[in-house]
Amino acid sequence: MTESPKNTESPKNTESPKNTETPKSTGPLARYRDSRKERIDALAQLSARDRSAEPVQVTTGAGGTGPATPDHLTVTESGAIQEAPGVSLWASAWRRLRRNPVFIVGAVITAVFVVVAVFAPWLAPKDPTIGYLIDEVRPQTNPVPGPQPGFPLGADDRGRDLLSRLIVGSRQTLIVGVLATLGGFVGGLILGTLAGAFGGWVDSFVMRLVDVMLSIPSLILALSISALASEPSQWTLIIAIGVVQIPIFARLLRGSLLAQRSSDHVLAARALGIRRGPIIFRHMLPNALAPVIVQATLMLAVAIIDAAALSFLGLGNPDQRIPEWGQMLGQSRQFFYSHPQLAIYPAICIIIVALGFTLMGESTREALDPRSRR
Amino acid sequence: MLRFIVRRMVQLIGVVLVLSLLLFFWLRSLPGGPINALLGDRATPEQQEQLEQLLGLDQPLYVQYLRYMGRALQGEFGSSSSVIPGTDAFDVFLSRFPATIELAFFSVTLAIITAIPLGYFAARRRGRAVDNISIVASLVGIAVPVFFLAFLLKYYFSVKLGWLPVSGRQANLGCTRVTNFFILDGLLTREFDCSVSAVKHLILPSIALASIPFAVVFRITRASVLDVLHEDYVRTAEAKGLTARVIRGRHVLRNAMLPVLTIVGLQVGALLAGAVLTETVFSFPGIGEALALSFSARDYAVLQILILMSAVVFVVVNLVVDILYAVVDPRVRTS
Amino acid sequence: MAYSSTRPVADRDRPLLSVEDLTVTFGRQGEEPFRAVDGVSFTVRPGQTVGLVGESGCGKSVTSLAIMGLLPKRGNTVGGRVDFEGTDLLSLGDAELRNRRGKDLAMVFQDPLSSLNPVVPVGLQVTEVLERHRGMSRKAAMPVAADLLSRVGIPDPNRRVKDYPHQMSGGMRQRALVAIALACAPRLLIADEPTTALDVTIQAQILALLKELVEETGTALIMITHDLGVVAGLCDEVNVLYGGRIVERGPRHPIFREPRHPYTNGLLDSIPRLDTVGERLTPIPGSVADNLPWDHACAFAPRCSQPVEICTQTTPDLVTNGDRALRCHNPVEVPR
Repeated sequence: MTESPKNTESPKNTESPKNTETPKSTGPLARYRDSRKERIDALAQLSARDRSAEPVQVTTGAGGTGPATPDHLTVTESGAIQEAPGVSLWASAWRRLRRNPVFIVGAVITAVFVVVAVFAPWLAPKDPTIGYLIDEVRPQTNPVPGPQPGFPLGADDRGRDLLSRLIVGSRQTLIVGVLATLGGFVGGLILGTLAGAFGGWVDSFVMRLVDVMLSIPSLILALSISALASEPSQWTLIIAIGVVQIPIFARLLRGSLLAQRSSDHVLAARALGIRRGPIIFRHMLPNALAPVIVQATLMLAVAIIDAAALSFLGLGNPDQRIPEWGQMLGQSRQFFYSHPQLAIYPAICIIIVALGFTLMGESTREALDPRSRR
Repeated sequence: MLRFIVRRMVQLIGVVLVLSLLLFFWLRSLPGGPINALLGDRATPEQQEQLEQLLGLDQPLYVQYLRYMGRALQGEFGSSSSVIPGTDAFDVFLSRFPATIELAFFSVTLAIITAIPLGYFAARRRGRAVDNISIVASLVGIAVPVFFLAFLLKYYFSVKLGWLPVSGRQANLGCTRVTNFFILDGLLTREFDCSVSAVKHLILPSIALASIPFAVVFRITRASVLDVLHEDYVRTAEAKGLTARVIRGRHVLRNAMLPVLTIVGLQVGALLAGAVLTETVFSFPGIGEALALSFSARDYAVLQILILMSAVVFVVVNLVVDILYAVVDPRVRTS
Repeated sequence: MAYSSTRPVADRDRPLLSVEDLTVTFGRQGEEPFRAVDGVSFTVRPGQTVGLVGESGCGKSVTSLAIMGLLPKRGNTVGGRVDFEGTDLLSLGDAELRNRRGKDLAMVFQDPLSSLNPVVPVGLQVTEVLERHRGMSRKAAMPVAADLLSRVGIPDPNRRVKDYPHQMSGGMRQRALVAIALACAPRLLIADEPTTALDVTIQAQILALLKELVEETGTALIMITHDLGVVAGLCDEVNVLYGGRIVERGPRHPIFREPRHPYTNGLLDSIPRLDTVGERLTPIPGSVADNLPWDHACAFAPRCSQPVEICTQTTPDLVTNGDRALRCHNPVEVPR
């Protein structure tokens, strides 16, 4: 690893060596100075480090009453017993989120989207694949039939009901987003755990690979990957977007694990002679996952937008029997100036859903960040 | 400091080498391949074999790679088949790059001058209406696909209102080319209408592209200012009775800008990705549009160079940002 | 020496600062309001050193921030009076308060590392106070700043003014903060745990420095600490705080010799002593979180070594007796 020097304290003066070790280096600077791609690392550490630095005023009693086994307890410097951050963190975050209008709006949008996607075939008034209004389509004079009874949003350029296509399209959009993010998440989990848990040359090797991947703009990387297939399909789309997410998840998880590795409860576990495997999987990973899971919510939104961008560039799923919002938006390109509604409706759907995931993810991240409680 | 720069340069060379290797194998595993692209689908097997021999494609891969690198060292990167047919791929990059620099520079500037004040303002009024509205606005900025925003802007301001040009980089005014930075060229040759035309062509693409860095810079500024406002040294400054202006400039913003600087560097990648979409919508002749073109035309020589160079640009810009950072932050400078 | 006490020392009997019934309530919307400081009153005479002692969470730091007007405006309600040389600081507007902070009353904070701006040279952090309150130019202020740094014991001050905080040790940073606080020769200095973050040897140096400077310039000092050792060496008068209220007050020696409140007694018992070999330390059980509400009980009762029934039923009042005051139903009788 070629990180910039971590310890920026100059040992010029030795009057008080203890104080030059800066125990309280939580400023934004300390977090960001280390260098460039560390935004993700910083994010990860943010949750872990500040958690351990949380004041211990209100925790007495919690240790005794909670269903906590000695495994989940940490003894802080002052001797107070604290519940494991993994438990109290989510619980306290939930208490704060319940009243947060931003989170509620995001959660409602997401819930509606998922429900529509699941029940899409029953909710859609018409079959999205049949060109009901194909007779009205005149390539020269009327390429896109407008709204009319039974077709509240009109039809597309092949006479198919636009509303039904939007409703059914939600399902495919959800599938693409979830599968791509899941792929990125799992890939990042494997790489990040290897790097963060073992350190040493494994870490160096994995992180070099991640750095190279991160230095290529994400969309260009996705384009390159989807170009590997002879024909674009739903799967090339999902794989391309998923692979692009791997380095982001890997870096985030690694940072989060590193912060965990030096945290008090892991040090305590190591001091007790617990073997490496159990420490990684029982003590480090569960706590390190919190920021990664939040990031996954945000990445879902990115995946949906990226899918639209790839479709726009002609690398989406060409199979129009399975409508998808990004595909609909991408294929409306030629009608944009004459019939913008073909693009605007799917675009609005994408924006609202991406906004829903983002609002939910952002507010959860803020709620998990103890500093925001001030 | 010098050691730091040298180390980063070595790192840059490493990235370039690894990436060129990856790109080389990636290209060879693409479906179709250059033979198909050159001859089309109806070529006979004999014709294909002939061409393979001619291009050295029948050799083992590592030989091909070494040959490619050897030619690259002499400045030959293979000729473009479609973007600018017959031109060397690297010259394609060079001819397209200034346009993208102009676009990226305008976008980043636009994003910074709007996002930083707004981020500061939102942080000072945390939890109030201004804060919430600007947060939601920045999140909408993230949720809107860039190419859709570009389309909307183009549809409304160019097609419907006709205020600004629909596409391209400059109107056909017969301008003299000096540096290929059209605005600069216009100023140098005193052909001011050329500069004006170039600026007009930049406005809409810049706004569309700026939506990406705007959202990020706004949110980092806000978070960073919030962090700094809670720092003990700001309380010390308050305890000294300093004026609000001095506290804001010297104590809050000077510290809060450090993470923002890093983030701006990291945005280069996102900007290049956004440029592919924005430039395509506006037919703006930069490397983004060239990338999209070479992808659909499978112009591999150009693709290889463009992808490699965008990674190099990313690494170089971040190196510059790190050096700048050291200039601004004494803790990095003196260690 | 650029300036020692050029101002005539004011009438020693008239209080410089008198805090009357200071109350600070925290509470954001939707949260249970929390009274961090609950009717605290005390006075500081010119040149006097007064200690505010208690565990973390007892309200001592909040008291000092309220006096300085440094509490965040949102979510805090401050009541009572803070009379400084005849003006109620709590009634002052933001601009007027800014004119007095750093000039008439100054403060030194706990953590010397985070209390200095990391990206501004130390010299400028000293001169900016002089520029602000004495109207000096930066050029004129720089030698004065170097002089101040040398006064607080920083060697080679002309070079040090160009240093950034991270180039100094913890002790030096705290010295620099003291220099900043004393730059305009304030009449009141508030030191909020100024030595907690430092090594023991440095702690003693900083305390000695504070004592010396305070005596030299006639500045009154409010010393906020949880460390009775600091109080013993420095303070003329001690206020012991518990749960946001003063539970005992008195001059230094009597308080140490015969503490009346079980809490003060407990604090003294939990200090390790070198002269009694083999004796076990007696900690105070529990923590500040175990408090009872003051409205109808003694907050300290659950942790008290000698509670009686009335302690959990009636609020004890602060009863003044000569120069001592006590808030307890069942005071400690045995002299130590």
